Formats: sequence, structure tokens, C-alpha cells
Amino acid sequence: MAVKLRTPLSEADVLGLKAGEVVYLSGRIYTARDSAHRKILSLPSEELPFDPEGAVIYHCGPVVRKTEMGYEIVSAGPTTSARMNRYLDGILRLGVRGIIGKGGMDVEPFKRRAVYFAFTGGAGSLAAKSIKRVEAVHWLEELGVPEAVWVLEVRDFPLIVAIDAYGNSLYR
Amino acid sequence: MLVDAIVEAIRLAVTRIPDDVVSALSEAHAREDNEVARFNLENILRAMEIGKDGLVPVCQDTGTVTFFVEAGVGSPFLGEVKGWLVEATKRATEEIPLRPNAVDVLIGRNSGNNTGKGVPVIHWELVQGDAIRIAVLPKGGGSENCSALAMLTPSEGWDGVKRFVVERVKECGGKPCPPVILGIGVGGGADYSLLLAKKALLRRVGERNPERRIAKIEEEVLEEINALGIGPMGMGGKTTALDVKIEVAHRHPASFPVALVFQCWANRRAFVEIKPDGGVEVWQ
Repeated sequence: MAVKLRTPLSEADVLGLKAGEVVYLSGRIYTARDSAHRKILSLPSEELPFDPEGAVIYHCGPVVRKTEMGYEIVSAGPTTSARMNRYLDGILRLGVRGIIGKGGMDVEPFKRRAVYFAFTGGAGSLAAKSIKRVEAVHWLEELGVPEAVWVLEVRDFPLIVAIDAYGNSLYR
Repeated sequence: MLVDAIVEAIRLAVTRIPDDVVSALSEAHAREDNEVARFNLENILRAMEIGKDGLVPVCQDTGTVTFFVEAGVGSPFLGEVKGWLVEATKRATEEIPLRPNAVDVLIGRNSGNNTGKGVPVIHWELVQGDAIRIAVLPKGGGSENCSALAMLTPSEGWDGVKRFVVERVKECGGKPCPPVILGIGVGGGADYSLLLAKKALLRRVGERNPERRIAKIEEEVLEEINALGIGPMGMGGKTTALDVKIEVAHRHPASFPVALVFQCWANRRAFVEIKPDGGVEVWQ
């Protein structure tokens, strides 16, 4: 029942997933909330600080501690994804194949190209256990901690496929 | 230092979920047979366990820091408390740490320390006595965004209150991080009903309004909401709300205000009491 996946996701990865499945996700993910989405979509794709092809975006504004080496993620659960519905089609057109969040999103834009993974809202202390490292942060000065794009390395992040690429959704 | 005690209360609030909330969530887990709901509730139980040692905020949204202060008119510290609350908020942001959540509404700049114009939010009430009692309520944005106010007509009355609350819960689905706790304020005008609703969230889960007829309505609304099947995180299940708290005030003859404030399952709170001799007590 549980599937292990590594980012970046391929089309085959995404089309092989069904709503209700548990996925353990490893690799690199990018946090983005309202302001980061606006900024990403305002830039020509060659000016983006990351490659969106096959990328997984995490709707999350973490609690972060500054360390001698850089940054440490203290707590990092998902934020309400519905706020990002208005940017969804634009983000998926860039080649993003996975969104992690909570509360669900519009189903239609995911069809045939991407999936929506849910993690439990509020369980930020648990999510942080799957985050191994902060690789980089973009636009921190301009957007502030919650809205910046944090580039995170995750290992076996336990997620549920809540909206699949075939129009199935777990939300009531 | 009395500021230390307030920082400790903020730490307690964001890292340790109160026992009554933990019990309610464990019971919800025990009666759930939906697999996805169990996945979410197990994550919740694990996240709370990690927070227990006081080092890690359970939810990354440590909220808008909100204080309810019952200030005894005989306290020698009346003039200093506000400064302490602001100072404690700044220190807590740095030391625990909290997520900086105070954003300038015009330029969109985050102040970086959870303080700014009007924040931390402080609600004052003067009371008899010489102690100052402070309730800390870190209020997350996801649940706050589902808040709603209805100015019902008196003829709609309590049936209208129930309809409004249940409809709003349905509309919000998984957004406020169910299983939620609902604070409902009825009467008193638009502003006061909202204040009552938010303050109601400080009551313990399972504690009923002492007025029997209101207690009965709390139970009825809770039952109706849990029959909706929205479930943990909106992905189906038996528990959508852990509790419903109603507080009332007299209303204007022409008005029947009802305010609804959602609190996510991470129903965080802590209290500090500052005695006139400078002694402090911190609890949940």
C-alpha cells in the first residue's frame, strides 16, 4: 500500500498514484505560500531560483532557528492550501508535479499532470522529523520567514495522496 | 523577572497541548475506524508527544500572540504589565522560537518579532483584587480565517444560531484543521459577541457552560457537527469537533448577534498569575 518516491517526480510517478495511498517522499522540496506564489508567477521561468520541472511545492511557513551553519527547521507543518487555488494552474504549468498541503484544493487543475499530497495540519513538530536539512532559502529578506522559499531535503516524509491525477479527492 | 514567567507561559502554550485536549484526541483516535482519519489522528498524537518536552512548537503556526488580562485594581504592577507582555512576546519569538507572524498591512513587511501595531493583541478587564491573571492564547491563522459573524433577526433565534454554525463548519471543511474547538458568542453586539467567542476557547474541553440550557445547546451543536462526517483534516471521519463552547451576553431587542471563532485541534493555552508580592504561578 505504501509507496516510496524521490523528487523530482516523473510523469509516470504521478500517474501511478491513487487517492488514499500513503507515500514516503524523499529528496528536495520547496516551501511556498501566498507571496512566494505571486513572486514565482511574476518572474520569467528562466529567472526562477529553482527548476520547477517535476518539483514538489510544500505549502508551509516553518518555524526556523538560525544556527552557526545556517538554518534549522524547528516545526514545519502544512498551511491551508485553498488560499493558493488561484495560483495552482500557473504553478502546474511550470512543470511542478506535486503539491503538499492541508485542507485540499481545486481538483480539476491536477488532472493528468500532478497530485496533491496531504500532511496533517498542526503536526509541525512531527513533520520537522522528516526534514533533514535546509539546503537554501530564497527571498528571505523580502518576504520574511513564513513566506520565503525554503529549500528542504526530506527523508521518508509520510504523506497521503489526497487528490490524484484522475479527478479523485478524499475531501468531503 | 516577571517577564520570564510570561515567556514560560508562551512556551508552555505553544509546545504542550493541554491534557484535556490530549485526552479528547486520544478518545477520537480510539473510536475511529476510517484509515485516513487514523493516519491523521496518529500524526496528531505523535506531534503532541514531541511537544511535551517543551522544546518544539507543536504547530509551526505559533499564531498571533493574544493575551486576555484580568487586572486586579489593587495590583502594584498595573502600569508595567503591558510593557512586560510586549517584551515577553519579543523574547519568546527569539528564544523558543516562535514564527514571526506580524505583518504590516500596507507594505507587507514582517516585523520579525511578533510585535507591531496592535500586536500582541491584549484584551483588558479590570477586576476586584490585587492579582493580575493573564491568559495566553496563540491563535493560528488557518482556523482564524474561518471565523464568522451573523447578525440574525430575533425571530431566527437559537435555531438560527445552530443553522449558521453548522453551515459555516460545512463550508470550511478541512481548512481550520479539524477536529476543531468552536467558540460561539451570542448577544452583546457585533464586537462583543466576537470577543466572547474567542475567550470561550480558553475553557477546558468537556467543560459545559454552567447555565443548563446553554450547556444543552452546546451538546446539540457538537452532536450535529460530528454527524457531518467532515472528519480530521476534512478527509472524512467521526470527529469533526472536540467541543463547542457558548458564551452569552444580553442582546439589543432588534438584534441576535452570533459570532463563531474556530480553534484548530492544537488548542493552545496557558495562564500566568502575578501576585502583589511579585510571586508568579504558571499553569495550563
